[in-house]
Amino acid sequence: MKKALISAGVVAAVAAGCATMEGSDPARQKQAVETMKQSFHARGIAKMDRLDQDELQRTCTDTRDQPSPEVQKRLEAAEMAKIKLPADGKFLGDWKRGRSIARRGRGMTWRDKPGKTSRGEPNGGGCYNCHQLSPQETSFGNVGPSLRQFGKLRGYGVDIQEYAYKKIYNAKAYSACSTMPRFGVSGTLTEQQIKDLTAYLMDPNSPVNK
Amino acid sequence: MRHALTLWITILLAAGFPIPQAAAQTDPKTAEEFDRFRAIMEEANPAELFEVKGEELWKKKRGPKNASLEQCDLGLGPGVVKGAYVQLPRYFADTGKVMDVEQRVVHCMITLQGFKYADLAKRPFSSANRTPDPVSIVTYIAAQSTGMKIAVPQSHPKEVETYQVGREIFFYRAGPWDFSCASCHGHDNLRIRTQPLPNFTKAEQAPRSFLGWPGYRMTGGVMHTLQWRLTDCFRQQRFPYLGYVSDTHAALLTYLGVNSNGHEYRGPGIKR
Repeated sequence: MKKALISAGVVAAVAAGCATMEGSDPARQKQAVETMKQSFHARGIAKMDRLDQDELQRTCTDTRDQPSPEVQKRLEAAEMAKIKLPADGKFLGDWKRGRSIARRGRGMTWRDKPGKTSRGEPNGGGCYNCHQLSPQETSFGNVGPSLRQFGKLRGYGVDIQEYAYKKIYNAKAYSACSTMPRFGVSGTLTEQQIKDLTAYLMDPNSPVNK
Repeated sequence: MRHALTLWITILLAAGFPIPQAAAQTDPKTAEEFDRFRAIMEEANPAELFEVKGEELWKKKRGPKNASLEQCDLGLGPGVVKGAYVQLPRYFADTGKVMDVEQRVVHCMITLQGFKYADLAKRPFSSANRTPDPVSIVTYIAAQSTGMKIAVPQSHPKEVETYQVGREIFFYRAGPWDFSCASCHGHDNLRIRTQPLPNFTKAEQAPRSFLGWPGYRMTGGVMHTLQWRLTDCFRQQRFPYLGYVSDTHAALLTYLGVNSNGHEYRGPGIKR
């Protein structure tokens, strides 16, 4: 029994060891950047400056998404400062338009146009790629947490509305190395689109809350 | 010929082999159905037609220099095709760098046959109406490694270095959406919509990056190589355009290939 426990402990330790990613190798990373700069080319809206990392991207890369608590706090504060709240002070748009933005995921690639997809539609948020939302949409990803009944579970108050708006605008303000894009900061979605998505999450009539 | 293939797929679909869409993530039966469908498709994989075309292109005298590719060294000596695919990318002394299969094929088409890179890079990927020659040639080369174990070499110092560079590229977060390859392929049990995302940092899942390529893609009915896969991944990562047969391709394929070593390569595959 004791032996079994010890073996289990060893297995767990080994597994934990494998799960811990090694950080960047600075010399190889320098080579990697040089290699990428030769390999990639500006095309359409995707210019070469997209390969340049900001401090957040660099820190998350180097630490394999595990910065120290102090650094994480500092980065999150800096990201929080980038959020622009709606000019009219209202967080909720139209949940039906929000549904369409949540379903569509196109935009921002070298095939697309500024602020629009190659087909001329507004950029999508691609929420369903990673999140569960409405029960009617059964094709959803799991990279992010389920957002089923987002408002119903948290309450429909203005504080939660503001949180949802800010989280969509800049997810990194809450989790520095989150996988979720900074939809407002990156210019992917407009203020109105983020309001529409916030309504999709927060309107009691939205299917998300049914 | 293409119409015949599309028809064949349509018949299979009509015969009750569904491609799972909704609910695949919750329904193991649907996933099972898809495996059955894929197994049937693999027995009559349209990729074989591209293998035949690739073999012709390999042996025929072509290009401004009117030469065949039979003197092309894929790493095992001039003209040796058998087993070459599962040992690429590898270091080549004549270019002084690690090259992947498509990069090497293009290199041979330029040096031996006199083709121009700019012409080959103009429209490098398959469409419904056109399959670029390197795609067929790579499919032919890949088929000659069917049943062999993936054995991407790490004996030359440049090969070790290229693996490490590939690893750094894999984890490099950038672009307007802050994505790296690892954002989608660095964790277990993730899905985009219903599409599973293998974790390429784990030895047991990494082969899923290599196996099944080149692949006949039922969506659109086209043959694609790993060149296309990586270029399109980076497009969706919202990076700039990844140039054709680049060193970034070679480095990443070295990383993925070495992580896949030891697994049996089952030949050109079929994709959803």
